[in-house]
Amino acid sequence: MKVESRFLLFLSMFAAVTASIYWFTSYEDAGSVMLLAVCLLGLLPGGYYYWWSRRMTPRPEDDANASQSDGAGVVGAFPGSSIWPFVLGLGAAMTALAFVFGFWTALFGLTLAISAVIGVIVESRRGGVH
Amino acid sequence: MTLIAERPAVIGHPEEHEHGRLGVLGWLTSTDHKVIGKSYMLTALAFFLLAGVMALVIRTQLAAPDSTVVSQHTFNELFTMHGSLMLYLFVGPFAFGGIANYFVPIQVGAPDMAFPRLNALSYWLYLTGGLTMVGGFLTVGGAADFGWVAYAPLSDAVNSPGAGPDMWIVALVLTGFSAIFTGVNIVTTVFYLRAPGMTMFRVPVFTWNMLVTGILILIAFPVLTAALVMLWADRHLGTHIYTVAGGGVPVLWQNLFWFFGHPEVYILALPFFGVVTDVLATFSRKPVFGYRGMIFATISIAALSTAVWAHHMFTTGTVLLPFFSLMSYLIAVPTGIKFFNWIGTMWRGSIDFTASMYFGVGFLVVFLFGGVTGIFLASPPIDFATHDTYFVIAHFHEVVFALVYGAFCALYYWWPKMFGWMLRERLGKLSFWLFFIGTWITLISWYIVGLHGMPRRIAEYSASTGWTTLNQIATAGAFVMAAGVAVFLVNVYVSWRTQVRAPGNPWDGQTLEWAAASPPVHHNFTWLPPIRSERPVWDFNHPDHTTQQVHRKEAATAPSDPAAVKTAHGQDVGEERHP
Repeated sequence: MKVESRFLLFLSMFAAVTASIYWFTSYEDAGSVMLLAVCLLGLLPGGYYYWWSRRMTPRPEDDANASQSDGAGVVGAFPGSSIWPFVLGLGAAMTALAFVFGFWTALFGLTLAISAVIGVIVESRRGGVH
Repeated sequence: MTLIAERPAVIGHPEEHEHGRLGVLGWLTSTDHKVIGKSYMLTALAFFLLAGVMALVIRTQLAAPDSTVVSQHTFNELFTMHGSLMLYLFVGPFAFGGIANYFVPIQVGAPDMAFPRLNALSYWLYLTGGLTMVGGFLTVGGAADFGWVAYAPLSDAVNSPGAGPDMWIVALVLTGFSAIFTGVNIVTTVFYLRAPGMTMFRVPVFTWNMLVTGILILIAFPVLTAALVMLWADRHLGTHIYTVAGGGVPVLWQNLFWFFGHPEVYILALPFFGVVTDVLATFSRKPVFGYRGMIFATISIAALSTAVWAHHMFTTGTVLLPFFSLMSYLIAVPTGIKFFNWIGTMWRGSIDFTASMYFGVGFLVVFLFGGVTGIFLASPPIDFATHDTYFVIAHFHEVVFALVYGAFCALYYWWPKMFGWMLRERLGKLSFWLFFIGTWITLISWYIVGLHGMPRRIAEYSASTGWTTLNQIATAGAFVMAAGVAVFLVNVYVSWRTQVRAPGNPWDGQTLEWAAASPPVHHNFTWLPPIRSERPVWDFNHPDHTTQQVHRKEAATAPSDPAAVKTAHGQDVGEERHP
C-alpha cells in the first residue's frame, strides 16, 4: 500500500506546488481552482492509503517474496452475469435524452434505471457461491 | 448470480469455470472483463471505420479547388463528427475500455475487474452515448457542426441551434461517465487485486500506464462533464456562463475544455506507450530497459499534462505564455526518457520482426515527429504564426496516427491471446507498409501546405492559393492509409476462415497474460508462475537467462501436474523450457 499512497501523494504535491505558482503568477481563477481540485484528488485517497499503510501488515501482493499459496482463498465476490447493468445503461441514456427531446423519454428512462437499481440490490443480497 | 472467486491454493491446481450463457443474451448480461473488453474494441473499431470514411469524404472534397462534393454545412458536420468519433469514441475507449479491460486484470493476476457490474455499465453507457452522438445525423438540422472542441460562442443556441448539437453534448456526458467508471475500476483493480508477489514495481509497464491513465481520467473527465452541463444550461436555461451578453466569459469554455483536453491527449497516448513498451521488450527478448525510469516518466508526463492546457489558447491573449510554454517544453523531458528507454530495450536485443513489432517501431517513428512538431508549437511565436493552419492539423494527426499504430500493434500482439487464433503475418506487414507510406504522404503535404498558410476547417479554397497539388497528394495518402486498414480487415477475415490455432505463449511473452490459455478461461488462470520480477513468465520459462533472483526451487515444483499448464488448445505454457 505504500507505493500506491506515495504515487497519489506525489501527484497531490505536484498539483499543490503548480497551483501556487500558477495562482501567484497569473491570478487566474478557473485554472487555479482546477489545479487545487487535482491536489485534493490525490490527497484524499493518498492520505487514506498512507494512514492505512502504516497500520497494516503488508498484503501478499506487497510482499516481494510471497508465493501464490500466501494469497489462497477468497479474492472477492464477482457477479457471474447480470442483466441490470444493461438495463441501467439503457435507462441512463433515455433519461439523458430527455435533455434533448423533452421529459417523456425520462419517464421510460427513470423507470428502467430505478428497476435496475432495485434489481442490483436484490441480486447482491441473493448472491452466493456459484 | 455471484461467483466467489478463489485463488488456487496450490500452483498447478486446475480450476475452470464454464462461462454462462452464450449468444445475444449472454453478451447483454456478461460481466466478464474479457467479453466487455472485446465488445469495447469491436465497437471502437466500428466508430474508427465510420470516422475514417468521413475523413475520406473530407479529403475528396479538398482534393480540388472550389469543390462541391459536399455542402459547406455537411463539411462542418463531417469534420466535427470525424474528430469527435476518433477522439471520444475510438482511441480512448479502444485503449482504456478495450485493451485495458481485457489485459489489466490478467497482467496483475486477477480473476476480473474489481467492479464487474460497473464495468458492464461503462460499456453500455459508452455504446448508448456513441450511438446518440452519431444519431445527430438523423435530426432535421443534422449533427453537431461546431468542431470537436465546441468553442463558445459558436456552440450556443443562436449559432448552433437544433437537436444534433444537444445530442452531441448528452453523448459526451454519457461517455464521460463511462470513462470515469472505467477509471475507477482500473485503479481499484491494480491497487487491490494483484496476485501475491506482484508488488507495484513488478506490475508490467502497460498496466502501470493504465493505472496512471485511470487517475488522469478521474482528473480530466469530470471537468468536461461539468463544462458540458453548463453549456447545456446556456443553450436551454438562459444562463450566461459562456456568453458575453449576460456577463459571461466565452474563453472560460476554452479553459475548462482544455483542462480536460490536454490530459485527454495523454489519456489517449499513455496506454499505447505501455503497449509498445511491452511489445518491444517481448520481441527484443529483453527486459524493459530502465523499468523504473519508464514508470517515473509516465507519472511525470501525467502530472505535467495537468498544467499545460492553455498552450492551446496562446492566441486568445488571455493566458500566461511563459508558464504554459515552459510546462509544455518540460513534457519533452520524460517523453525523451521514454524514447531513450525504448531504444535501450531494443539495443542488442534478439529482435523478432513480427507485424506487431513493425507497428511498434512505426509508432516510435511517427510519434517522435508528432512530438517534435509539438515542441515547435510550444513556442508562442511559432504558435502565433501557425495557429489554426494545416501545420497544427499535421502535428496532432501525426500524434494520433501514432496511436493508431499503437492500436494495431496491440491487436497483432494480443489477438492470439484474445481469440485463440493467429493473424497472418504477411498481410500484417503489407498493412503496415501501406499505412506507413500513406501516413507520410499525407502528413508532409499537410505540414507544407500549413506553412503556406492554409487554414483548417475550410471547405473550399481557390486555385489561385496554390494549395491544390499538396492537397491532392494528401488525399492520395489518405486513400493509401485506408488501403492499409482494408488489408487489416482482409487479414482478419482470412485468418478467421482458415484458422491457425494460437498456442498459450506464441511470442515467448514475459508478462502474466502469457501464462493463461489462449483465450483465457473464465476468471483467467488455472495456474500462476511465481512472481519474482516484472516478467514472471519469462523467468519461469528461462530460469537460466533471467537477471532476477528467481527461486528455482519454487519454479521446479510448479507444474506438479503437467496437464495443469496445458492451455485450452493443448498448447504448453512452458513445459519444454522448464528445468
